[in-house]
Amino acid sequence: METTKLPPSSPSSPTTSFSVPSAEKVDGFPRRSMRRARQRRSHSSSQFRYQSSQVELTPLPLLKDAPVAELHDLFCKKLQQCCVLFDFLDCVADLKGKEIKRAALNELVESVATSRGVLIEPLYPEAIKMISVNIFRTLPPSENPEFDPEEDEPTLEASWPHLQLVYEFFLRFLESPDFQPSMAKRYVDQKFVLQLLELFDSEDPREREYLKTILHRVYGKLLGLRAYIRKQINNIFLRFIYETEHFNGVAELLEILGSIINGFALPLKAEHKQFLVRVLIPLHTAKSLSIFHAQLAYCVVQFMEKDATVTEYIIRGLLKYWPKTCTQKEVMFLGEIEEILDVIEPSQFIRVQEPLFKQIAACISSPHFQVAERALYFWNNEYILSLIEENCQVILPLVFATLYRVSKEHWNQTIVSLIYNVLKTFMEMNSKLFDDLTASYKVLVLVSLQQRYGAVYTQAHNIHTLISEQEYL
Amino acid sequence: MFGAVNALGEALVCQALHRGVKTQQRRREGPAAALLWQKPRSAAQQRHSVTAILSKMAGADGDDSLYPIAVLIDELRNEDVQLRLNSIKKLSTIALALGVERTRTELLPFLTDTIYDEDEVLLALAEQLGNFTMLVGGPEYVHCLLPPLESLATVEETVVRDKAVESLRKISQEHSPVDLEVHFEPLVKRLASGDWFTSRTSACGLFSVCYPRVSSTVKAEIRQHFRTLCSDDTPMVRRAAASKLGEFAKVLELDYVKSDIISLFTALASDEQDSVRLLAVEACVSIATLLPQEDLETLVMPTLRQAAEDKSWRVRYMVADKFSELQKAVGPEITKNDLVPAFQNLLKDCEAEVRAAAANKVKEFCENLPEDSREQIIMTHILPCVKELVSDTNQHVKSALASVIMGLSTILGKDNTIEHLLPLFLAQLKDECPEVRLNIISNLDCVNEVIGIRQLSQSLLPAIVELAEDAKWRVRLAIIEYMPLLAGQLGVEFFDEKLNTLCMAWLIDHVYAIREAATCNLMKLVEKFGAEWAQNTIVPKVLGMANDPNYLHRMTTLFCINALSEACGQDITTKQMLPVVLKMSNDQVANVRFNVAKSLQKIGPVLDSNALQTEVKPVLEKLATDTDMDVKYFAQEAISVLALA
Repeated sequence: METTKLPPSSPSSPTTSFSVPSAEKVDGFPRRSMRRARQRRSHSSSQFRYQSSQVELTPLPLLKDAPVAELHDLFCKKLQQCCVLFDFLDCVADLKGKEIKRAALNELVESVATSRGVLIEPLYPEAIKMISVNIFRTLPPSENPEFDPEEDEPTLEASWPHLQLVYEFFLRFLESPDFQPSMAKRYVDQKFVLQLLELFDSEDPREREYLKTILHRVYGKLLGLRAYIRKQINNIFLRFIYETEHFNGVAELLEILGSIINGFALPLKAEHKQFLVRVLIPLHTAKSLSIFHAQLAYCVVQFMEKDATVTEYIIRGLLKYWPKTCTQKEVMFLGEIEEILDVIEPSQFIRVQEPLFKQIAACISSPHFQVAERALYFWNNEYILSLIEENCQVILPLVFATLYRVSKEHWNQTIVSLIYNVLKTFMEMNSKLFDDLTASYKVLVLVSLQQRYGAVYTQAHNIHTLISEQEYL
Repeated sequence: MFGAVNALGEALVCQALHRGVKTQQRRREGPAAALLWQKPRSAAQQRHSVTAILSKMAGADGDDSLYPIAVLIDELRNEDVQLRLNSIKKLSTIALALGVERTRTELLPFLTDTIYDEDEVLLALAEQLGNFTMLVGGPEYVHCLLPPLESLATVEETVVRDKAVESLRKISQEHSPVDLEVHFEPLVKRLASGDWFTSRTSACGLFSVCYPRVSSTVKAEIRQHFRTLCSDDTPMVRRAAASKLGEFAKVLELDYVKSDIISLFTALASDEQDSVRLLAVEACVSIATLLPQEDLETLVMPTLRQAAEDKSWRVRYMVADKFSELQKAVGPEITKNDLVPAFQNLLKDCEAEVRAAAANKVKEFCENLPEDSREQIIMTHILPCVKELVSDTNQHVKSALASVIMGLSTILGKDNTIEHLLPLFLAQLKDECPEVRLNIISNLDCVNEVIGIRQLSQSLLPAIVELAEDAKWRVRLAIIEYMPLLAGQLGVEFFDEKLNTLCMAWLIDHVYAIREAATCNLMKLVEKFGAEWAQNTIVPKVLGMANDPNYLHRMTTLFCINALSEACGQDITTKQMLPVVLKMSNDQVANVRFNVAKSLQKIGPVLDSNALQTEVKPVLEKLATDTDMDVKYFAQEAISVLALA
C-alpha cells in the first residue's frame, strides 16, 4: 500500500461514503442547505442495544426509611437496579421502569451528597460498575457528517434524563468527604479512565460539561492516574491534529489541562515541554480552532507564566503555523500573541521581536481590515507599547515601510486613522529615527520606481530619437 | 555529461535573466573558499557559499551557463516559500548539473540539514528523493538517499511522512540484498525504536519491503520489531501496525503467518480502541486469503465473528464494508455457515450507518454465493431482510439498497423477479426520497434484461414525471441524464406518447444547466431514434421556439441546432435549420446575434459549399459590421474558421 489510509474511525467518516445523494452530487458540491433540509432527529443514543433482555423493575423501599443496619444492603440493591438500561428513542416504552430508575438515582445522589458514612468499601465496585454500565458506550455516528459546532445544533443524548443523574452521582461520589482514593483506585483504573476520555467526543455539551468536572476530580484525587491521563489526552490531541481533525471535547480537555499546567512543578520536565511543543502548538493548525482557541491560548500563557524560557518556542511555533489564507484564524492568532506579549519578559521579547514584527507588519498590510485592525490594536496596549519603545531601534525599521505604504493606500478609513496614530506614536518615541526612515523610504520608493519604469523610459527615449531622426530625414 | 549540463544551463538562462543583476554582482564578489554546503547562518555567509559554487563551477569548465543552476541552489534558501518550493521541484536538474559525486557529498548532506523547513517544501523533497537513484550514481550508491529520507520519515506532518515512506519503499527495491542489510534494515530498526511516535509509525510501512530479501537472522529481528510495534503504547502506532498487518503477512512464510501474525491479529482485533480494531478487519481479508481452508475456522473465524458483533458500530461498519472481500477470502463453506447469518445481522443492525454499508453489498454478496445453494439462501435468508430495508426509516439505507437491488433480478431470474422483486422496485419507485427513486431508475437496464421494462412502465411513468418536475434542479438534471437510456429501453412509441413533452419542457426550464442538459439529451435521442424521427417530432418544436418572446428561449433554439445538426445530417440542416438561423441574425438582442455567428460556425461543416457561399457568407459579413463588438468578434471568427474570407 503506497499511502496510509486514514482509518474511517471518526464518527463522521463512514457516513461520507454514502451520505451525499447522487442527485446532490451532480456538480460535485454537496449543498449545505439541502443537507440541513433533511429530516433530522435531534436525539440519538446507542446505549440501548447492549441490553439482552429487558428486566422488570420493582420499586425498593426508600433509603431514608431504611434502618441503619440495612442501609448499605439497600444502597447496593439500588445501585444494581440502576444498571438496567432503557430505550429512550422510544419515549413511551416502559415508562414505569424509567421512573423507578430515575427515583432510585435521585435517592442515590442525595444520599451520597448529604449523609455521612454511606460509602463503605464494598460499595465501591458496585458504584463503579453502575457508572460504567450507564455511561460507557460507543458514541453514535454523528447525525450530520459535517457537523460544525459553531453553526449546527448538536445532537443531544436521548437517555440524558438518566445519564445526567448517573453523572451527578459519580460527581458527588468523587466529591464526598468519605471518598477514599486508596479504595477507588482499584476500580477507577487506566481502562476506566480511557473509556471516560473517549466520551469527551460526545456531541452533547451537557455531557461534556459533566465529564470535564469529573475528570478534573479524578485527576485531583487519584494521583497514580495523573501521568496516564496526560498521556492519553496527548494521544487524543495528536489523533485529532494528524488523523481525524474531529473530536468534540478538545475545549473541555484543554480547560482541564489549563489548571493541570498551573500546577506543574518547576523546573518543567521534558515531558511537559514536549507536550507544549509537539501537541499544544500544532493544535493551532486545526480547522476548528475557533471552538477551543480561548482554552488553548490560556494553556499557552500558563506555560509562559510557569517558565519564561519557553516563550521563544511558543512564538516561533505560532509564526510557523501562521494562517496563510484564513483571516478569521489570523485574528485569533493575533489575539493570542497579544495575550502572550502581555506577560512576556523583556529579555524574551528581544529574542523574538524580529520575526514577530515582520509578521505583524504583514498583518497590518492585510487587505482584510479586521486583521489589520487587530494588529494595530497592539499599540493601544501599554505594556506592549513600552516594549516597543525600548526596542524602537529594531522594531521601527521593521514596520516603517509597511505603515507608511498602508497609510497611503488602505481602503478602510479606520485602518488609515489607526496607522496615523501609530506613526504619531513612533514619531514621538524617536523623532530622529523616524525622520531618517522617512527620508530613506522616499529614496527607496524613487529607486524602485526608476527600476520598474526605467526600461520604459529608455525605450520611449529611443523611439523618440528614432522618430525625430526619421523626421529629419 | 557536460554536454547535458550545458544544455540544461542554456535552458535555464532565461530564468537567470530576470535575476541578472543580482547574479552579476555575486559573480564579481571574488574568490571562493571553504566548503560549499555548510549551514550558513547569516545572509553574508549564504551569499558566500553561492559565490563559492559559482566560481568553482565556472573554474571547472569555464562555462557561464552553469550560473542558472547556482541561482536555483541559491533559491533553496530563499525566504519566500514559493521560491524554495520551485527550486526543490527542480532538484533533479540541480543534481544532474552537479554530477553524481557532488550530489552525494554536497547536495544530500545539505538537504539533510534543511529538514526544519515548511511542510510543503519537505513534501516536495520527500517525493523528489524517491526518484534520485540514478542521480546519485545508480543502485550502488542508492543508500546515500537514506539519511535525508530517514529524517523526513520522522516529521510530524502525516503527508510528509507518508511520502517519505513511499519513497523509501521505492528505493528499497533498488538496494542490493547486501546494502539492504547493511544500510536499509538498520534504518528501519532505528525508526522502529524511535522515541516519538512518528518514527515508529513510519517504520510500520517499511518492514514488508525489506523482509523478503534479507537473511533469516535479520528476518527474525524484523518480525520481533513488528511484534513490538503491534503492542505499542500509543494508539497511533498500533493503528499504523494494524493497517500494515495484511501487507506484512503476505511476505511472511506460512509458518510464521500461523505462529506470529495470527496472534498479533487476534490482539489487535480486540484492542481497547475501536480505531485499531477496525483496521484489523481490513487485515483479516489478506490473512484469510493466505491460510489454507482447514485453518481458517480455528485461526480466523473466532476473531471475525467477534468483529461482526463488536460493540462499536465503526467496527461493524468496517465488516459490512469489507464483506465481499471477506466472503471471497473465506470461501463458500464458511460463507454458507457463518457469513450468511452475520450478513443478516448487519442488514438488521441498529445503526443506520452499518445497515447502509451492508445494503450496498447485497448484490455483490448474493452474486458470490456458491451456485448450488445461491437461490435458496437468497430467498430464505437475504430477501426477508431486504424487504424490511425497503421501508427503512433512514433514507441513506434505502438509497444504498436502491442502487443495488435491481442487480438481484439477474441472479434470481424472471419468475422470482416478477413475484418477489417487482413489488419492491415498485415500492421504491414511489419512495418519498427522490434519491431512492433515482437510484432505481438509473439501474433499470438490469431489470430490462430479465423481465423487460414494460412490467414497470405503469409505475415508472409517474415516478419519472415527478422527478422531472422536482423542485430541486439537481434532481431534474439527474433524471435528464437517464432519458436516453430510458428511451432506448421503453421504445420510440412509448417515448413519443409519454416522455416527449417532458423533454421539450426542459428546454424552457428556468435553470440554464437544465436547458443545457436538455439540449444534449435531444442530441442523444436523435442518435438513438434517427434523423427521420427528429424531423417529425423534435425539429419543428425546436424551430418554433425561435419566435419566442424570451431571448433565452430563442438562444436555446440555437443551442439545439448546434447539437442536432450533425445527427440530423445535411438535408435537414440546410433546408430547415439554416433559414431559421439566418433569420435570427436580425434579432434585436446582441446575445442572440453573436450566437447566430457561433451557430453558423458550428453547422458550417455540415452545409454544402453552395449554401455557405450564397447564404451564410453574406449574413456573417453583415454581422461582422455589427455595432456590438462581441457580435463582430464571433462573426469574424466564424468567417475565418469557415474560410469564407
